[in-house]
Amino acid sequence: MAPKFEKAKAVEKEHAVVDGVDVSGHWNRMFEQRVIFEYTPELIEKIADIPNAESFANCYQCAKCVAVCPVDVVGNYGPRKLYRYAQTGMDLTEAPELWLCTTCANCLRVCPKEVNMVKIMPAAREQAILDGKFVPAELQQAFENTAKSGNPLGQPQRKRDAWIQSAGVPVPIIKDLGRKVSVLWYVGSYPSYHPRGIDAAAAAARIFNALGIDFAILGKEEKDDADSQRLAGEKGLFEMMTEQNIETFNKYEWDEMVVTGPHELNAFKNVYPKYGFERPVVHYSTFLARYLDQLKPMLKHPVNKKITYHDPCYLGRHNGEYEAPRKLLEAIPGVELVEMQRNRENGYCCGGGGGGMWMDSFTAKHNTTMRLSEKRAMEAASTGANVLAVACPFEVSRFTDAVKSTGNEHVDVLDILELLDRSMRGE
Amino acid sequence: MNIVVAIKHIPSIADDLPVKGNNVDFDSVDFVLNEWDEHSIEQAVLIKESVGGTVTVIGVDLIGELDNALHLALAKGADKVVKITADDPAADSHMQAKWLSEAIKGMGANMVFAGVQASNDLDGQIGPMIAAYLDMPYIGGVSSVEANGDSATVNKEFAGGAGAKYAVSMPFVAGVQSAPKPPRYAPVSKVRQMAQSATVEKVAPSGDADVRERPLRILKMAPPVVTGHAEMIEGSSKEVAAKIVELLKSKGLA
Repeated sequence: MAPKFEKAKAVEKEHAVVDGVDVSGHWNRMFEQRVIFEYTPELIEKIADIPNAESFANCYQCAKCVAVCPVDVVGNYGPRKLYRYAQTGMDLTEAPELWLCTTCANCLRVCPKEVNMVKIMPAAREQAILDGKFVPAELQQAFENTAKSGNPLGQPQRKRDAWIQSAGVPVPIIKDLGRKVSVLWYVGSYPSYHPRGIDAAAAAARIFNALGIDFAILGKEEKDDADSQRLAGEKGLFEMMTEQNIETFNKYEWDEMVVTGPHELNAFKNVYPKYGFERPVVHYSTFLARYLDQLKPMLKHPVNKKITYHDPCYLGRHNGEYEAPRKLLEAIPGVELVEMQRNRENGYCCGGGGGGMWMDSFTAKHNTTMRLSEKRAMEAASTGANVLAVACPFEVSRFTDAVKSTGNEHVDVLDILELLDRSMRGE
Repeated sequence: MNIVVAIKHIPSIADDLPVKGNNVDFDSVDFVLNEWDEHSIEQAVLIKESVGGTVTVIGVDLIGELDNALHLALAKGADKVVKITADDPAADSHMQAKWLSEAIKGMGANMVFAGVQASNDLDGQIGPMIAAYLDMPYIGGVSSVEANGDSATVNKEFAGGAGAKYAVSMPFVAGVQSAPKPPRYAPVSKVRQMAQSATVEKVAPSGDADVRERPLRILKMAPPVVTGHAEMIEGSSKEVAAKIVELLKSKGLA
């Protein structure tokens, strides 16, 4: 974007006269306003005045965030730059920059001033949406699909449990079961509908069955968590889905909820308590890691692969789970686990968070050289791995596309669930 | 400016359309707003924003679920919403046009918009029939409307990239193909606010005596018979490319 203000040139005068007094001297170049005076705090204040976006004003331009910002790696971005753009005339609520942040939280990890983009971005986006400003078309479609069909893919609600046909094992629906279960498994939208997501859901069903877990799913009653829609600025939609989901969750008796996706984990564990839902929720990796002793003898078939694991932002940085996925992978015989340079706390974002999942075409048009998922796929390939293991349902489709578009088809993208399942069944 | 938008609630085709007897199995489909009507609403709100006036959105409530579409219209900028309580999911566009006309008659509309067609019947008759019943001129395939005093400048698109600009005197009925801008987004919080605070005016269907006989009757409904398939070319990129070249040559295209 072009800054609204031209940089002023330092002016040196031979004679400077202030209020009729000649104050000429070698320092009189300072008598003309220099560039710093031409900046306006207004557009920074405009953002910082939005509830939850206050910390935007804390920035003191140290730029630690830019060094870790995944968008900057493929473009020209980062919280410090946004502050600077606002200072030089950019209204963030109207700029394409509003939509590039994936809320991956790596900037927050290093920020000495606690400028929290995970709160600022959703708040500024919400403001823009409520004011009727521009919303990227693909994102609008995802919002409308979620409101209409209960999932961002726009698939029919009545087909939400159609995937269980492919599991080949019983997948009980809690409504039909009519009794308490120890585990309520929230499958999630992508594992329920996306062709590659379904593979992970079916694998999970087989693993749960093999372990003898007393579980059930919500079936046709399950609806999207809408956490990414919230982070993309649609808080009203999130709240509507939250009310419906909490009502559904509380209709049944269960001890613990297991979720397939880190975004659902974030919603149900960290955000739903504000809406009165406080029950135990764990990601499948954390849950299965508890069963390692029981699981290991079942992993009979070696998976002779060099595997690198991608930390999902919402499982790692947002929820502190780095080890369980690695333990599960290491439990599979034949697996050689290698790390990418950016891992764990400094894991690189796949670009799918914060609504990025539904803005790939938009992001591609705005000052980025490649998708974040493509950058990450290249990092995975550079380790020499032939499998990129993931633990978030957004990632399977993102990285499957990315390995193809970057010429790394030799890298298989597989959910940890699929790898465990292969080792159990020998396929 | 008094703009009335006639909308249609139709079975969603997000899923395979279930057929029961000689019609859609209305109990196992979701109903959604006709896509072209979203453009009608957008066009009406754009005119209101540019010259002022009121936008009334009216539709036939076929299954008792039209309120959602009406609340959405209010959130996008409509001022008033009306539903005709027909409670008959099989009501065709001819019956709906009659009911809509009777309800719109007393509204003093300067312009009436209807989606140029709907994906459920591809009939394209709602607009022309309303125009006939209300004795107004009709213009279809409309891609933009600008109001100036008591006439409007209407753009219409033809096949092959040609377009024409018309001066249409009010009142008139327009079949909207598309609004000049994509339909706006209505935040859910606004839609919910409307659902809590807005009033949906109810009108009983009237004037249906002459269409009840259903001049159009569906004799049979079934999925189309598949006659041909796309051919998937297998092999390496080079083999596939060679095969494509061969195919193009054989068809005289290369």
